[in-house]
Amino acid sequence: MKQVFKRPQSLKDVPFHFCPGCHHGVIHRLVAECLDAYELREKTICAASVGCSVFMYDYFDIDVCESPHGRAAAVATGIKRTRPENFVFTYQGDGDLAALGIAEGIHAANRGENITIIFVNNTIYGMTGGQMAPTTMQGQTTTTSPYGRDFAREGYPIRMAELMSMVEGTTYCSRVAVNTPKNLMQAKKALKKAFEVQINNLGFSFVEFLSSCPTNWKMSSEKANQRIQDELIPYFPLGVFKDKTKADTN
Amino acid sequence: MAKVVFQEDRCKGCGLCVLACPKKGLKVSRKLNNQGFPVARIKDEENCNGCALCAEMCPDVVIEVWK
Amino acid sequence: MSKPQIELVNGNEAIARGAMAAGCKFYFGYPITPQNEIPEYMAKHLPSVGGTFIQAESEIASINMLLGAGSTGARAMTSSSSPGISLKQEGISYMAGSEIPGVIVNMSRSGPGLGGISPSQGDYFQATRGGGHGDYRTIVLAPFSVQENYDLTMKAFDLADKYRNPVMVLGDALLGQMKEPIILRSPSPEKFEKPWALTGAKGRKSQFIKSLYLKEGLLTEHNWKLFQKYQQMKAEVAYQTYLVEDAQMVVVSFGSVARIIKSSINMAREQGMKVGLFRPITLYPYPEEPLKHLSAKIRHFFVVELNTGQMVEDVKLAVEKGSEVDFYGRPPGSIPTPNDLFEEIKKVYR
Repeated sequence: MKQVFKRPQSLKDVPFHFCPGCHHGVIHRLVAECLDAYELREKTICAASVGCSVFMYDYFDIDVCESPHGRAAAVATGIKRTRPENFVFTYQGDGDLAALGIAEGIHAANRGENITIIFVNNTIYGMTGGQMAPTTMQGQTTTTSPYGRDFAREGYPIRMAELMSMVEGTTYCSRVAVNTPKNLMQAKKALKKAFEVQINNLGFSFVEFLSSCPTNWKMSSEKANQRIQDELIPYFPLGVFKDKTKADTN
Repeated sequence: MAKVVFQEDRCKGCGLCVLACPKKGLKVSRKLNNQGFPVARIKDEENCNGCALCAEMCPDVVIEVWK
Repeated sequence: MSKPQIELVNGNEAIARGAMAAGCKFYFGYPITPQNEIPEYMAKHLPSVGGTFIQAESEIASINMLLGAGSTGARAMTSSSSPGISLKQEGISYMAGSEIPGVIVNMSRSGPGLGGISPSQGDYFQATRGGGHGDYRTIVLAPFSVQENYDLTMKAFDLADKYRNPVMVLGDALLGQMKEPIILRSPSPEKFEKPWALTGAKGRKSQFIKSLYLKEGLLTEHNWKLFQKYQQMKAEVAYQTYLVEDAQMVVVSFGSVARIIKSSINMAREQGMKVGLFRPITLYPYPEEPLKHLSAKIRHFFVVELNTGQMVEDVKLAVEKGSEVDFYGRPPGSIPTPNDLFEEIKKVYR
């Protein structure tokens, strides 16, 4: 018998602190699998962010720089410009990228920085206890939208993948999910593609992962995965929004 | 012929592996690990074909698969 | 011995040139009056040395780019003026907490708020009392001439690397805009080993740079470690004295005010008044020991600043009990002339 599935080398053999059913664990592992597949572990420097994923350096066996909340894209820019030969990515949640860091994210894309942003969108602020995020959906109850998000009062959820795809400097931009095996397989492909764009010095790549937060959504892992399918995907559609590497893409 | 191994002390009983298995061959048992979580286990070893979807969907890298 | 190379240089440009002479190859900034000559010079000249200039989208973005660049061990700089420096405070706090070296230049303008574009010294508290959150310090260097703009910026990089800390160069609009002949130095930057730098985990264990310490006791320990470092920084105290040996009253001023008041002191001396000048060059670490030493025989100090009273507090803390400390402050908006300050000296001299 041959082992067909095991922990990737880039992921340290330590327990995750994430809640049961949280997709951070899956996404961390997919990223690590990609780092292994392209032999990037020793070349990578990650600009970590603030949120449930703040402990990147405890989980990934790579060099990691902590960034102030929201500023990972700017920190990554500083890292990549001084060390263009390294593989540089950020890993940011919806507060970090879509609220605080939206300017830094858009401008890094606009400058065509040769980095990869991994955006984990779970429509809520997990680490701080379940407050409204820029991506929180209509009617969704959070601790700071206790009556349910109302567009008239709180505005609309932001579609970051679409926004990033509009930026001229973006080379590759897609949105994926890991709530079903089928979606997970597509997510792997998208992540690989994003990494290839950087490896081949083709510019800025971006992958948005729809993710669940069973604890703050107050749902079981199963229902949370279903919510992604039934409620999130219709508003945040999966797919590739931009791919400059394809000759026939606009 | 395939084998799955669960690192039980890492399992959080989230049940996503159970949902993922196309053969419905897994279950969340009553056994609690040292973190107090009920651990997932295989209930139908014979029919496992090593597709590894359980391992892919597991958020805690609990499962290893041999084929 | 070869003739020194002398050039008439704009104050802001001198800072940029000092940085490049120190081997700085990365600059991240954002336009703001009165320091735009700094990013403009860097934009023009960094490419010729294989360096990188980025005009970032904001002062927040640029301080974070500095943080990232510093984390890989590169010599990098950002510059701004007062309101832009306010924006950078969180980034500076993170750099201090994570022990990332970098140089931040503040060519102060008038505040608070949008204020104005004329010179001021209203950022003294911001520069020396942290500015950002938490118990940290940055070395603060205060030039008073275009030559010092150049020399102290060069020095800032060595200090940043020596202490693994952000270092601030605190000038103002006057120092940025004036033009003076300066001696250009031959670049030979000191090499610092940086085993902590993030370069990719090849041939070594992976490492990280952070300021977060959640486990019980760790942050306390970390803060004491930083505190010890700040005590060691006291070795970098720098100051200058002028005509203090026989002085009856010593003026304490820094930066452009020290420059102006030197002329006022000369005018006072012509009238037989025994006035001298104590000029701090490092605002942190503040030259409290030399000032205290001076106050053993000189009992009257006159602090003059372009604000409503900031450095005067440090002077009062430093001098011997029983010393008299007078203060003249002029908030920004009207630059005092040597005659203006001479009149103030006359009012308090005794």
